[in-house]
Amino acid sequence: MRPALRPVPELARDLDAGELSAVELLDDCLANVAQRNDELNAMIHVDDSGAREAAEASDRRRARKEPLGPLDGIPVIIKDNIAVRALPLTCASCILGGYIPPRDATATARLRAAGAVILGKANLDEFAMGSSNEHSAFGPVRNPHDPERVPGGSSGGSCVAVAAGFAPLALGSDTGGSIRLPASWCGVVGFKPTYGRVSRSGLVAFGSSLDQIGPVARTVEGVALAFAALRGHDPADATSLPDGPDEPPEREKVRGMRIGVMRGAGDTALADDVAAATDTALRALEEVGAVLVDVELPHARYAVAAYYVIASAEASSNLARFDGVRYGYRGRGATLEELYVSTRTRGFGPEVRRRILLGTFALCAGYADEYYGRATRLRERIRGDYTRAFETVDAIVSPVAATSAFRLGERMDDPLSMYLTDALTIPASLAGLPAVSVPIPTSRLPIGLHVQGPFDCDARVLRVAAAVERELGLAAPPGGNGAAT
Amino acid sequence: MVGPEDVRRIARLAKLALEPSEAAELSKQLAGILAYVELLKEAEQEEDVPAPLAPLPSAAPPLRPDEPGEVLPRRDVLSQAPGADDETFRVPSVLEESP
Repeated sequence: MRPALRPVPELARDLDAGELSAVELLDDCLANVAQRNDELNAMIHVDDSGAREAAEASDRRRARKEPLGPLDGIPVIIKDNIAVRALPLTCASCILGGYIPPRDATATARLRAAGAVILGKANLDEFAMGSSNEHSAFGPVRNPHDPERVPGGSSGGSCVAVAAGFAPLALGSDTGGSIRLPASWCGVVGFKPTYGRVSRSGLVAFGSSLDQIGPVARTVEGVALAFAALRGHDPADATSLPDGPDEPPEREKVRGMRIGVMRGAGDTALADDVAAATDTALRALEEVGAVLVDVELPHARYAVAAYYVIASAEASSNLARFDGVRYGYRGRGATLEELYVSTRTRGFGPEVRRRILLGTFALCAGYADEYYGRATRLRERIRGDYTRAFETVDAIVSPVAATSAFRLGERMDDPLSMYLTDALTIPASLAGLPAVSVPIPTSRLPIGLHVQGPFDCDARVLRVAAAVERELGLAAPPGGNGAAT
Repeated sequence: MVGPEDVRRIARLAKLALEPSEAAELSKQLAGILAYVELLKEAEQEEDVPAPLAPLPSAAPPLRPDEPGEVLPRRDVLSQAPGADDETFRVPSVLEESP
């Protein structure tokens, strides 16, 4: 198998054994980008020369037997709402046109320190607002398994990049499901850590109480390796958690674990292929000795409503900084007021403007308690639901979404139907809990199993996901589409 | 509930300009979303719901010491501005705004 399609831990071993060089691995990734990016549109910026320098430096470190990082020589693609020093940062928006961040995000810096080779920036829904990756100023991203379908969003570019072998590892960000949904629909592993476990410093803020950076890779061990490099307290992020122990004192076993099964959320019925694939995954969990128990989160059916109020309210406030004064695009205006309005009206795309308006409305005098207040109270009830559920189960599994990837354009005219795509991933976001999407084998389009765990039990959700992965075998790379030869 | 006039008022607060046709379309879309958000009212009216619990256990994020740290060099920051001189961001005259 071509190196770019192999899992991170195997690549790390081969690099260490001298069977593969970082430059060879990078070249294979770049060949895949050259072959398929025009069609898939997963990349906004490819940094050939910077990546080559970093890969050569990694090979030199190995040749000279210098100390190596855990990801030394592994190419990584960064979602383009996370700062990489000296590379353009666009958030897939016209409003950041020409902006080049003067520093690395903490997550970027930690990957560099671990030896990773930064290959470029991935496409996304503008400011990470979207579930299909169709809302990008650079055009939609396409699903490598069926280019007529969406990859899921908003970290669509990151997940497509890993699925198509542009890099074995990518960073995404997840506010309501933005890593897990595209990971599910692209057949890769996407992990949203506990809120506060990975620094948000240098991630362009969307919904600050929900945003979380996380890794995407072909296997659970790949995301676990990246998470180990990313995690840790950062004084530059006021919501960053203090460092805890790396592993629970005793290694937990999935055998004997009580695992809650969440069949759905709200009134959306599961599509047949999703229901069937989920049953396969549940049987696999039973095979490895887990005890399945049905659980219900009584307030999960209200989660989408609460989420779109809270996330949009926070977005309307966070995006106030884009006014044409300090960075990016500047519109025209004889007065400062005209300058603001022209910059923002031309700079933001339709979905971002819709959310700013929704959020501004939800925070307006006279409406704030009815909308924002009610949504935050509901959020507490959802946290309460989880607290009660985790008194009797160790983890909760569900499908990631009610359907597999839909066709491009299918939900673009109906924002609400697009928002409801995230019904199963939003509850964990509102509660700040760790959750991962792990591929389940299917006959057609990829589908992921969603594993959620209690606060700070990141290692546990990864362990459950790894058990499913081992029992079911790896999901196949996109078949017969050039990358898989 | 949210008419085109409301949308225009919100847009003014958010410093966005709207085409007349846009205000009508957006008011339809926002009304649809807000009608869905009415579900939250229903959630609060459920009586058998136990009172909200304390939030999930989480360690309180520590405050960092109140000490000056490293900041970005001014030149690097100003280099990204669409209008700047050696020391400051440049914008149109603010005073011209007053009626």
